[in-house]
Amino acid sequence: MAKMTLDQLRALRAQKQGELEKRNVEGKDIQVIVGMGTCGIAAGAKQTFDAIVAALEKHNMTGKVVVRQTGCMGLCYVEPTVEVVMPDMPPVIYGKMTSDVAEDLVVKHLVEHSLLDSHIFDRPAIDIVKH
Amino acid sequence: MAYKNFILVCGGTGCESSRSDEIYKNLLKEAEALGVSRDVQVVKTGCFGFCEKGPIVKVLPSESFYVEVKPEDAHEIIAEQVIKGREVTRLLYRKDKKSDTARLEDIEFYQKQFRIVLRNCGVINPESIDEYIARTGYRALEQALFEMTPEEIIAEVKASGLRGRGGAGFPTGMKWEAARKSPGDVKYIVCNADEGDPGAYMDRSTIEGDPHSILEAMVIAGRAVGANFGYIYIRAEYPLAIERLKIAIQQAKDYGLLGKDILGSGFDFDIEIRLGAGAFVCGEETALLQSIEGKRGMPRPKPPFPAIKGLWGKPTVINNVETLANVPVVLTRGAKWFSSIGTEKSKGTKVFALTGKINNSGLIEVPMGTTLREIIFDIGGGIRNGKKFKGVQTGGPSGGIIVEKDLDSPISYESLTALGSMMGSGGMIVMDEDDCVVDISKFYMAFCVDESCGKCAPCRIGTKQMHGLLDKISKGQGEDSDLAKLEQIGKAMTKASLCMLGGSAANPTLSTLRHFRDEYLEHIHDKKCRAGKCKDLVIYEIDPAKCIGCGLCARRCPVPCITGEKKKPHVIDGSKCIKCGECYAACKFGAVIKR
Repeated sequence: MAKMTLDQLRALRAQKQGELEKRNVEGKDIQVIVGMGTCGIAAGAKQTFDAIVAALEKHNMTGKVVVRQTGCMGLCYVEPTVEVVMPDMPPVIYGKMTSDVAEDLVVKHLVEHSLLDSHIFDRPAIDIVKH
Repeated sequence: MAYKNFILVCGGTGCESSRSDEIYKNLLKEAEALGVSRDVQVVKTGCFGFCEKGPIVKVLPSESFYVEVKPEDAHEIIAEQVIKGREVTRLLYRKDKKSDTARLEDIEFYQKQFRIVLRNCGVINPESIDEYIARTGYRALEQALFEMTPEEIIAEVKASGLRGRGGAGFPTGMKWEAARKSPGDVKYIVCNADEGDPGAYMDRSTIEGDPHSILEAMVIAGRAVGANFGYIYIRAEYPLAIERLKIAIQQAKDYGLLGKDILGSGFDFDIEIRLGAGAFVCGEETALLQSIEGKRGMPRPKPPFPAIKGLWGKPTVINNVETLANVPVVLTRGAKWFSSIGTEKSKGTKVFALTGKINNSGLIEVPMGTTLREIIFDIGGGIRNGKKFKGVQTGGPSGGIIVEKDLDSPISYESLTALGSMMGSGGMIVMDEDDCVVDISKFYMAFCVDESCGKCAPCRIGTKQMHGLLDKISKGQGEDSDLAKLEQIGKAMTKASLCMLGGSAANPTLSTLRHFRDEYLEHIHDKKCRAGKCKDLVIYEIDPAKCIGCGLCARRCPVPCITGEKKKPHVIDGSKCIKCGECYAACKFGAVIKR
């Protein structure tokens, strides 16, 4: 994109804000978000990321799911962390998501629409941008 | 099949001990009995960081947050909430007892953490400028360029009460004002990302998770003080943070948010990255400037302060990563909102890297005024393996240890200094009864010996001498007079060092001497280290009554110095033992004793 003017920046923000909210509230897309700061990567987040992608392929979910990366969620003691946002399910943060449990996550949460027990952690604070 | 409700039962250590497991089982039983086990899924979760009100049960998607739940409450939760769709109001968390019904904001504010600096960390993709923009990113820049004068920006930052998060706590607005008023047509903005405290990773995580917030803040600072160029000084051992900064800078340039004529405002600002080689002293601002100039990183006396005479002799604002990350929020939410958070003199939040002997280590952000007890025992979930809390080290090698009796003081720049420690950049290392204060002081002093630049005598000689004394004590060769010497040298260093590296290097030793003098004396008089950390004072022995002669210890011993016949008690030869502890760790019968 070429250099923007003030108006273009505002238009872009409105557009992206809409997309972000749509995704979060009623969007069709399923999002799997992997925490990939140095801390997460050290704990195996890259392997988890790859294992999730492989599991999605195996269960024919690739077309419905976006796998994204984000920074540190702050839960160092349970890295790697993965958040799943999808329609009809509350957004959930999973911890201790090493590559060997990646497929369990895909099957349980994304396919069967239930939570993967013993891996759930609370988002540690409210979102000041939304509130 | 789709569940309509999800019940999350806290399975953290605190809640488990108050029968959360029973609650979990009862919920399953009740769901079965009332025939709704296909509508609701009951799961266990990690700690909610609110142990004082545990056990905690949270119901999704209604976000009902129940506190102090008892196993008997399971029936009501299933019968009311799952079947009838009504919250069990008597169990809902209320911020104050007077309110009849729990309001939404009460439920949201059960959380001890409040994220301003980390607002986007773990939320957005740090390599996507669009996601940053979508979450009000670069809105503050619009304000700074089109809606406010530079004076108004400075006034707003001053009114917010924002203070430097690098440790010293100098008011940010005043720093900016000094640089603005300082004469000269070339000025610089420098972001100090030379995070060097052992165990600290706040700035690294902030940059890795939200690099654009730093860039945006630097442009705003540039606009406020009249600078057109900025440097980010970051250590080379943060490759991911550097990579993401580079991507962010390129994206911002492509969008015209950096460079010439930003958003058509006529204001130019550019940013370059400077890599540091990892010298701790380069986190000191005057040494950092030397390093950017290509010289050896050594501090110089202040004044003149960098705001008057900084990079290449030009007025320069140096702000820490965390300070800058606050700036866009100060503008978008306003000084009034920002200053409503925190204590009277310390506004906003502070990010801490909570590590050590703690159950839930993590990167946390809390409002100023939160107590250390809340951080360690609620957010941190208490001490690992049920051990006893000994102290918490804040501020790394520049800070001091804070002990049990002071845990209830609210965190602020002033309170931590009064306790003989300091805010520092935000490392927080929790220690338990297995940590030895002499060993810790020696570790930090060794760090300072390595990192002292050698320019001034108090630091160069003082750290070396103090380390020598601590080493002597840790080997059981200490004398009573050594403690007075430590204090004397420490005080001299504190007063006479050129920069804060030397000025604070004695803090860990002085504060442990104050709180744990008996342990130092024990090392000196009884030649004993109660935590078993000072290798030279520890003796490993085998209890013949417990030893079954399996020979595992002898096989593990790297010397080897353990002998004995099969199925008969073994013996350690103390004269050869290197005290590695392998035998102690290997023995399954507790027959190896450490004393």
